[in-house]
Amino acid sequence: MSDSIKKTLFASGHTACAGCGQSLAARLVLEVCGPNTIIANNTGCLEVFSTKYPESAWCVPWIHSLFENSAAVASGIEAALKFLGKKQNINVICQAGDGGTGDIGMQALSGMWERGHDILSICYDNEAYENTGIQRSGLTPYDASTTTSPAGAQSFGNPRPKKPVPEIANAHGIVYVAIASVGYPQDLQKKVKKALSLKGPKYLQIHVPCPLGWGHATELTYQIARLAVQAGLYPLIEYENGELVSSFKITPKPVEEYLKLQRRFRHVLNNSEEIARIQETANKNIKKYNLVVKNN
Amino acid sequence: MFGPIIAKPGTSRKNKTGSWRTGAKPKFLQKDCIACRLCLILCPEGCIEGTQKNSFHCDYDYCKGCGICALICPKRDIEMISEEK
Ligand SMILES: Cc1ncc(C[n+]2csc(CCOP(=O)(O)OP(=O)(O)O)c2C)c(N)n1
Ligand code: SF4
Ligand code: SF4
Ligand SMILES: [Mg+2]
Repeated sequence: MSDSIKKTLFASGHTACAGCGQSLAARLVLEVCGPNTIIANNTGCLEVFSTKYPESAWCVPWIHSLFENSAAVASGIEAALKFLGKKQNINVICQAGDGGTGDIGMQALSGMWERGHDILSICYDNEAYENTGIQRSGLTPYDASTTTSPAGAQSFGNPRPKKPVPEIANAHGIVYVAIASVGYPQDLQKKVKKALSLKGPKYLQIHVPCPLGWGHATELTYQIARLAVQAGLYPLIEYENGELVSSFKITPKPVEEYLKLQRRFRHVLNNSEEIARIQETANKNIKKYNLVVKNN
Repeated sequence: MFGPIIAKPGTSRKNKTGSWRTGAKPKFLQKDCIACRLCLILCPEGCIEGTQKNSFHCDYDYCKGCGICALICPKRDIEMISEEK
């Protein structure tokens, strides 16, 4: 192994599935954070595949306690650093999957945001409880087939729309809320940098394809992440103090282009009514966040 | 196990996940590479390195053979080949 591979702060040898978008995003995030970073991590794939005991892929201080409490753990770390007068140069991060963030971890997270801790919370959004076998979460998109929302004769998969966690974060009046994607690594890293430059609570949600749970070829992780953005289903937007300050412009592609590469949406491909419903979600995003540049 | 459990930083490198590959591995042709770094940026294993044109390569001890690097290379300078070769 050469020196440059040895220097990465998120080490090789982790046990994520081949092509895992979450493992890629974790490395990209940590590259920006640098060594002066302390991370609290909820339970989930990221926690499991990065710390197969007695090993760890993390080269920064990293703590795991429970599925629901990384925001509480991070709050304690931040308060202690402040007391010691050491907070200035240290980034505190709490991170989780979509289930850990938007469902079970929401109470601790809401408390952390409301108390105004200087912490960046990151949601690695793979749109289901992947680590325990692909159960639907509040962030699973409409019509996705999961083991607890299986598509079949009686169902088109998940019957509910995606929970708007960025809006919930914004309702707390926090300094920075942004959505990013592993399909746009530069934009992602820019947002991490921006978040860390601001004092107070920050929320960053990153779209991370999961080849196992979404049922796509391992080499397509990057392309699928990009298609979600280009279809308008995963808008890359940024808020400062509740104001929308940027939205990534797209030339919209039909949602089918994104859906057809994934087994979780296979059942809707021949159903124009369901496709139209999904397209409507994309169209709403395009309008709401002004995703298309108009010439004239 | 109710007490804290501590692991040393970066010790995952002991796991030679290259053994997970199921038949295909990337071959870095090093002919038409323009050093765009896309493969290095996008490898989920963080096991690609290189700086100059035609210098990029991966560490087969960790490469899981996902194929992301080969698909993303704009110059088609990375090829997935069968493991035996
Ligand atoms: C209190 C509690 N309930 C359930 C579990 C089991 N559990 C572990 S990881 C996980 C799913 C995590 O899903 P998510 O947060 O979306 O992360 P992902 O694995 O998808 O990256 C569940 C249900 C647990 N560890 N603790
Ligand atoms: S199940 Fe999905 S999120 Fe979990 S390690 Fe595998 S690819 Fe990554
Ligand atoms: S095949 Fe996948 S794991 Fe192997 S070097 Fe390419 S991107 Fe990395
Ligand atoms: Mg998840």
